[in-house]
This record gives sequence, structure tokens and C-alpha cells, in this order.
Amino acid sequence: MSTPQIEIQLIAAVVAMACAIPGVFLVLRKMALISDAISHSILPGIVIGFFLTEDLNSPWLILLAAITGVITVVLVEGIQKTGLVKEDTAIGLVFPALFSIGVILIAKNANDIHLDVDAVLLGELAFAPFDRLLIAEIDVGPKSLWVMGGILTITIGLLIAFFKELKVSTFDAGLSSALGFSPVVLHYGLMSISSVTVVGAFDAVGAVLVVALMIAPAATAYLLTSDLKKMLVLSVVFGVSSAIAGYWVAHLLDASISGSMTTVLGIVFLMVYLFAPRKGLIAVMYRQRQQRTEVSLLTFLLHLNNHTEKSERHINHLNEHINWQKVRSQTVVDLAQKNNMITVTNNIVTLTPKGKEFTDLALEYIVTNKDDKIEYMKDDFFLFRG
Amino acid sequence: MEDRKIAVRVDDLTVAYNYKPVLWDIDLTIPESVLMAIVGPNGAGKSTLIKAILGIIEPIAGSVTIYDKPYEKQRKLVAYVPQKGSVDWDFPTTALDVVMMGTYGKLGWIKRPGQKEKKASLEALEKVGMLPFKNRQISQLSGGQQQRVFLARALVQDAAIYFMDEPFQGVDATTEIAIINILKELRKAGKTVIVVHHDLQTVPEYFDWVTFLNVKKIATGPVKDIFNDDNLTKTYGINYKVAVNK
Repeated sequence: MSTPQIEIQLIAAVVAMACAIPGVFLVLRKMALISDAISHSILPGIVIGFFLTEDLNSPWLILLAAITGVITVVLVEGIQKTGLVKEDTAIGLVFPALFSIGVILIAKNANDIHLDVDAVLLGELAFAPFDRLLIAEIDVGPKSLWVMGGILTITIGLLIAFFKELKVSTFDAGLSSALGFSPVVLHYGLMSISSVTVVGAFDAVGAVLVVALMIAPAATAYLLTSDLKKMLVLSVVFGVSSAIAGYWVAHLLDASISGSMTTVLGIVFLMVYLFAPRKGLIAVMYRQRQQRTEVSLLTFLLHLNNHTEKSERHINHLNEHINWQKVRSQTVVDLAQKNNMITVTNNIVTLTPKGKEFTDLALEYIVTNKDDKIEYMKDDFFLFRG
Repeated sequence: MEDRKIAVRVDDLTVAYNYKPVLWDIDLTIPESVLMAIVGPNGAGKSTLIKAILGIIEPIAGSVTIYDKPYEKQRKLVAYVPQKGSVDWDFPTTALDVVMMGTYGKLGWIKRPGQKEKKASLEALEKVGMLPFKNRQISQLSGGQQQRVFLARALVQDAAIYFMDEPFQGVDATTEIAIINILKELRKAGKTVIVVHHDLQTVPEYFDWVTFLNVKKIATGPVKDIFNDDNLTKTYGINYKVAVNK
């Protein structure tokens, strides 16, 4: 690997990390769209900042553009508070307005500045290593690495300091307010750091793709864990590994780096969405099928329990009576037999003692509806899986 | 009764959403060590009253004091149980972690909960019968269990005044009895408990103090003195004789 290659991957990894952390809270607060709004509406801030500083990585530009991001949030909430339009409409009204101001500013001054709409939308990571940071004439590395490294350090510092406050205000804003942790302060703190991150990252990955880096890793991690800390760690892991994998995909295909990174993020999400152990689509479908079978089994056992007369317990009668398709009845009968809950002699079905015990237990739960009964039943029901 | 300390005093409180008053000039004094129900029809402003007292909603007029001082100075004396439906139960956290949130108020900004807070939280879970579920993800709990976790979170705040917004909503009978027993214990220990309540039938059995509310305050006082058809009719606008005498 050449030095620029290593540097590009380093920048990509740092950008992904810095985006993934605020992304977790945006996803949990159901504010994913706000990141989209911020990433677009910071454009006029960047353009004006660029006029003033003539340096895309200047801290002043980042601050100015980040303020535009926070203004976006204020405007969206202001419009929403009037009660005349809903939040998504308010977002849809605010960010195109601000973005278009930025586009017009670029077009009017296209000759003077090296900033075009394509670069704004998509970014270009490949050029990042060429913009060096010189301290006393000594080259200390790519400027964007230092900028994003700084933003990441601040983000991690704030996360560690205010983790508990962020958690409680995200989960329960009412309690947070009653405890004295102003949800408004925390909200705007999060919005500010998100804006700063988006501005910093935008040079590398562009206004559209930065949204993917914020939202996709968090959404992926959300499907895999039920612990906020683990969700943060997983988001960072997904973000960084997708960013680096994306770089190599781009290298192989000779394609856009940011485009490849986003594609990898999408594929990783899709895989987890399908195959996550508990919340994944396949696991959910499997569980639903399993539950349907379990309910059928219970219905069948209850029917047997209620009827001692032979005519009600004839296997053909069961087909008609419980109104199941033949295949379904067969599955249930097989399952019950496999677990020694019934015996079948001369096509007459009889409950075994084990079947009787299980049915009584189920009945007790249905009648009492006690939580502890559910727990016991849950364990029991697991017996029938697979 | 007269020599009791005043736990909560509300003066001329008016709250409006979009300039439409939802609470209109409320005066309310709640003595120490009562178990009080706030009753009233839907949209009467019951939850809003609690939120305004706790500073979650900014009133347009009026003032609130907790033991004669503004709420901001008395936060540590107050615990709050919001409506169960007000939070996202798919949030990635466990029952124990939710209860620990109750300790955050006393810790203040930045400081983290440690062993002491964890121990207190486990005790609170034990008290509400939820210790076996401490590590369970909160979405995997039943409605009644979730409400118990919320109650444990309030208990761990170790407050003098407890505000609860419909703690009996969507819970089974066992949980309802468990919760009311804990609330009665709190009152016996000298705490003040204020509950937004919907089921008029259980008011005389559960509570010793009641406030009738319908945008304006209709009446407030001991259940045995003021829980009558007259006040119910004034509050709900229909004759309640049948319902209460049952």
C-alpha cells in the first residue's frame, strides 16, 4: 500500500467513526431525516465560509456551516410548532430552501472558487491526501485527517462525559426534564455535534453520502443488540469496516470511493436485516411460524382435553372439527406424538399424562394470565422448537 | 389536618397549547403524606397539571412551590412516573438500566452511577417483584412488568413526593394491587403520592385525598368529604349516581 492509500483509508475510518456515534442517537430519537436536512442545508454556510476563508478545512468554515445546520433544526421545529404542518413536511420545506441558496451562490461565483455542486453532493476522498497540513513548514499529514480526528476526539469526549444524560433524554425526555437534565440543551448539543460532523465529513464523502454513514451503521447495530453501549460499539465497527471495505471495492472496480462505501454499508445492512438472530426478517418469520404451530398444538390438546367421547377424538373428525387443512393437522399430530403428548390407537387420539399436564398448565395460564405463568410456559414452548 | 405541612402549592396556574388554555387558573394545595387521585374526563388537563408542576411544560401564568420553594430547588424531593406510552420500549436497554435512570437526578451532570446506585436499583426491582427480570430487554416485558419497572425507577429516586401519570393503565389486576400496596406504603412512610387516575370506582378504596379537575379545578380535599355525586357531576357533566353507588 502506498502512503496516500493508507491515508485515504485512515480518513475514511475516522469519518465513519465520527458519523456513527451521533448517528446512533439520531436513529434512536427517530430523527434520521434531520441528518439529511442538515447535510444539505449547510451548503450556504460552507459557500459563505469558503468566500471568507478560502479554505474548505478552516475551523471557521466548519463553525459557520455547523451554525447553518443548527439553524435548520431551529427552523424545522419552529415551523412544526405552529401546528400547521407535520415534521416531515417542515424538513422538506426548510432544507431545499437553504440548499438552493447554496447552489445559487456557487453558480454566481463559479469562476472564482473551486467548488462545484458535484463535489458538494458526492465529495471526493481520493483528493483528500493532497491537501496537507503544514506546521512550521513541516508536513504533518492530510488536513482533513486532522480536522476529522479533532471532531472525532471532541465527539468521543462529549459522549463519555454526557452518556448518561444522552441516554435518559433520548429514552424519556419527560423524566430527563424532571431530573434537571434539560432535554432542550441535550437536543441542541446533539444537533450541534451532528452539524459539525456533517460539515467535516462532507468534504470527504459529500452531502448525500454522509447521511448513509450516520444512519446505516446505527440502523444495522440496532438490529443486533439491546444494549446502548454495544450499539455504539457495533455502529463504529460497521461504519469503519464498511468504509475500508468500500475503499477496496472502489479500488478494484475503479469507481467512486464514497459510492462504494455507501454500497457496502447498504449490503451489510441488508445482510443483518435478513439474518440477524432475533430481529432479522428470517428469524422473525421463523418465530411466527413456530408460534403458529405452537398455538395449533395447544388448540388440539385443549380439544382432546375437553372431549372424552371417542367420536370427538377420531383422527378424521379432528380434521373437520378443528377446521384445519390436512397437512397442518398432520404436522400438529406428528409434533404431539414426537413429544409423547398423545397416543394414537385405531385412529383414536388420547392424551398421555405428559400431554395432560402440559394442557392443564396452559389452561391455568389462560385462566389466570399471570406473568410468572407466561415465563414458565415460554420455557416449555421452547421445547417444541426444531 | 390543619397542622399538616404543605407539600405542593399551585397558585393561579394557567397552561395553554397554541394559545388555547388547557388548564385555567388552578389553585391547589396538597398537604404532606396524602395519597391523592387527580380525576377528570379526557382532555381535562390531568397530565398537563403534573407536567406543569414538574416544569416539563412551561405555564403561561402562575407559580408552583414544593415545600415552599420553587421546583428547580427541590428536584431531589420529587419523583416522576410518566405515562407508559410516552417512551419507546424498543429502546436498547434493560430493566435494571431503566431503574438506574432514577438515580441520575441525585448524581447530577456528568457523574456516573456506581455500585451504590446499582444496589439501590436492585432493591427497588426486588420491591416491585421484578428482580428476576433485571437483565431483560424492556421490549420483552409485559405491560404490567413495564409499569413495575417505572415504579421501581421512581422508588429509587427516594423522594418525598411522587407524581404518577396513570400507573394503572393497561396493567393486569395483580400488578394493580401490587402497585397500590406500594403507594399505600409510601404514604404510611410520610410520603406524598399524587396519581392521575381514571377508574372512579376504585378512588374511595385506593386514595384518601382527591382533586376533581376539568380545565378548572372543581374540588380538592379528603375523599370521605368531597368524593360525592355533586362533584362528580360537576366534573364529568353527567349524573354519576349509578356509577358510584354500585
